[in-house]
Amino acid sequence: MKILVTAKRVPDPEQKVKLKGNELDQSATNWQLNQFDEYAVETALRLTENASAGNARDGEVVVVSIGPKDVQQQLRSTLAMGADKAILVAGEDAELDAEIVARTIQKLAERDKPDLILMGKLAADSESNDAGQRLAGYLGWPQATFAGTIEVVDGGKALLVGREVDAGIETKKVTLPAVVTVDLRIVAPHAIKNGKTAKDHAYAEGPRYASLKGIMAAKKKPIEDTTLQALGVTAQKRIKTTTLEAPPARKAGIKVQSVEELVQKLHSEAKVI
Amino acid sequence: MGNVLIVVETHNGQLRTASLPAVTFGKQLAEKAGGTLSLLVVGNNVAGAATEAAKLGAAEVLVAEHPGLEHYLAETWAPVVVKAAKEKGATVIGATSTSTGKDLLPRVAALLDAGLVSDVIGIVNATTFKRPMMAGNVIATVEVGTPIIVATVRQTEFKPALADGAAAPISKVDATVPSDTRAEFVGVAESKSERPELTEAKIVVSGGRGMKEGKNFEQVAALADLLGGAMGASRAACDAGMVPNDLQVGQTGKVVAPQLYIAIAISGAIQHLAGMKGSKTIVAINKDPEAPIFQVADYGLVTTWEQAIPALMEEIKKLKAAG
Ligand SMILES: Cc1cc2nc3c(=O)[nH]c(=O)nc-3n(C[C@H](O)[C@H](O)[C@H](O)COP(=O)(O)OP(=O)(O)OC[C@H]3O[C@@H](n4cnc5c(N)ncnc54)[C@H](O)[C@@H]3O)c2cc1C
Ligand SMILES: Nc1ncnc2c1ncn2[C@@H]1O[C@H](COP(=O)(O)O)[C@@H](O)[C@H]1O
Repeated sequence: MKILVTAKRVPDPEQKVKLKGNELDQSATNWQLNQFDEYAVETALRLTENASAGNARDGEVVVVSIGPKDVQQQLRSTLAMGADKAILVAGEDAELDAEIVARTIQKLAERDKPDLILMGKLAADSESNDAGQRLAGYLGWPQATFAGTIEVVDGGKALLVGREVDAGIETKKVTLPAVVTVDLRIVAPHAIKNGKTAKDHAYAEGPRYASLKGIMAAKKKPIEDTTLQALGVTAQKRIKTTTLEAPPARKAGIKVQSVEELVQKLHSEAKVI
Repeated sequence: MGNVLIVVETHNGQLRTASLPAVTFGKQLAEKAGGTLSLLVVGNNVAGAATEAAKLGAAEVLVAEHPGLEHYLAETWAPVVVKAAKEKGATVIGATSTSTGKDLLPRVAALLDAGLVSDVIGIVNATTFKRPMMAGNVIATVEVGTPIIVATVRQTEFKPALADGAAAPISKVDATVPSDTRAEFVGVAESKSERPELTEAKIVVSGGRGMKEGKNFEQVAALADLLGGAMGASRAACDAGMVPNDLQVGQTGKVVAPQLYIAIAISGAIQHLAGMKGSKTIVAINKDPEAPIFQVADYGLVTTWEQAIPALMEEIKKLKAAG
């Protein structure tokens, strides 16, 4: 299976957000891979290896990011995890919107013909939740968003995806090629069944760490540099952010000393019980 | 110009209450844009839901009914929504940010070559909206430059539309189901609960990893029941299998904004706060006085849940008995 994984770098969510007038102050930002995209890379690796046979690889995992030159660092870390190749499409965040991102991936999909495109369900900074479904729409491919489990079926031609929906878990079957966006539980020990790795194989919880060997190998793996123009992307930015502001602050709370005091306050002060 | 089309969802043939805030959004926007509001019901055997929708104050209700649309699939529903939008000359297409809304509308946007604003929390004008970013730590104002605008609406930020209007006309629209979508609905395992919906409850009681095991959530549930509230959880509690995943509150789970939110044995990671910071009153119960959850809590109590929950239930019962 040939898999294209998308990866965006985002500010470390633990870092306090700083605003400079109307913009984010990113002078001291620590950048990292969007967590969901790291999960997508892990998913792609689990889908293309036989974990019951020394992780023998069967397939190709290519990771693509649209971003500034520095994103090389994050791409290199996905190569160290085990991805085979990376593509860096030059672009500044401020010049992008979901349409441009999706059109870019569309061009790459048409060029490289992957069987599956794996994406995060959401970018932790913009939180648009747009790119994956939009891409599937442009390509006319089926989509399975919010994937918590994936099972390869029909001899590798289709996927059974367990989707985390409001009511519980929905099972959807998509025939490849397809777009799948991953949710948190996709990195649980038994979330992926690829038809090769033993069905009862238990992965360690979470995305894998790069081994020293992986880090050395990553130095020799290719990162293709390209541009929107070279890929023939003509979309123009049409969603504009005009202001950024801090949300209204909550007024400082108090510590109560006892359950009695708490119930008293909830009843006569907050009037919520 | 400026017609608005809101996609409303159904569940077991009835209107989903989660869709009502999007109807309110649609009304406000239709007024601002000087157009009319149409509601679209998609599915099979949805006449009952259409009748309910007709009372919500829209100009009309459109029904796209077909056996092939019985189960939601983005691949079959998106073209149906697109056709209805074109027929009505809609320049805004919206829905609540439910899991269906979030899955469907970006695909609709792609097919209409439209820009999408997700999780709208406020309308500035007919083309400009407010939405949260970065786990709710920034509010962005975004301007959409496409002729057609697609929007998903944060359920907690718009009041549910009331069924107090005169019945609007209901008409059928094209419900041709595209063939060979390569997508198939296999089934859904719904976790059943007698409690109010997490996203609509006035009181939510949530437990975290500190509850240690699933069995202990019976106490969280008992407290929720006593208060007539819903039960929620942190990611860590869901991941550990203590409770079903659909109880997760947060950036990746459900966003709630009840009158009262009680967080028990939850540390208060930013991704959790993103889903409950909008609550009117927040109570935190945690044995660690340094837990970040106390920074957003109106009332913090430093103790273990083992101590707190039984005592809390006793006090509340006393209060109730006193009337
Ligand atoms: C991409 C991404 C998305 C995420 N999305 C979400 C999300 O939507 N929702 C979410 O909740 N999390 C989310 N998380 C996870 C989040 O970062 C935290 O890991 C998680 O919220 C922690 O859950 P917790 O507070 O229950 O556990 P912990 O952080 O382990 O906290 C447990 C707390 O229980 C307290 N405690 C222990 N024992 C007791 C006792 N006996 N009595 C009282 N208190 C006790 C401890 O003091 C501690 O504060 C996400 C993470 C990532 C990376
Ligand atoms: N600049 C980008 N480069 C690569 N992938 C991206 C980029 N922006 C968004 N994505 C992908 O799209 C997913 C959803 O992002 P969003 O629609 O912005 O919430 C992310 O998890 C990424 O996988």
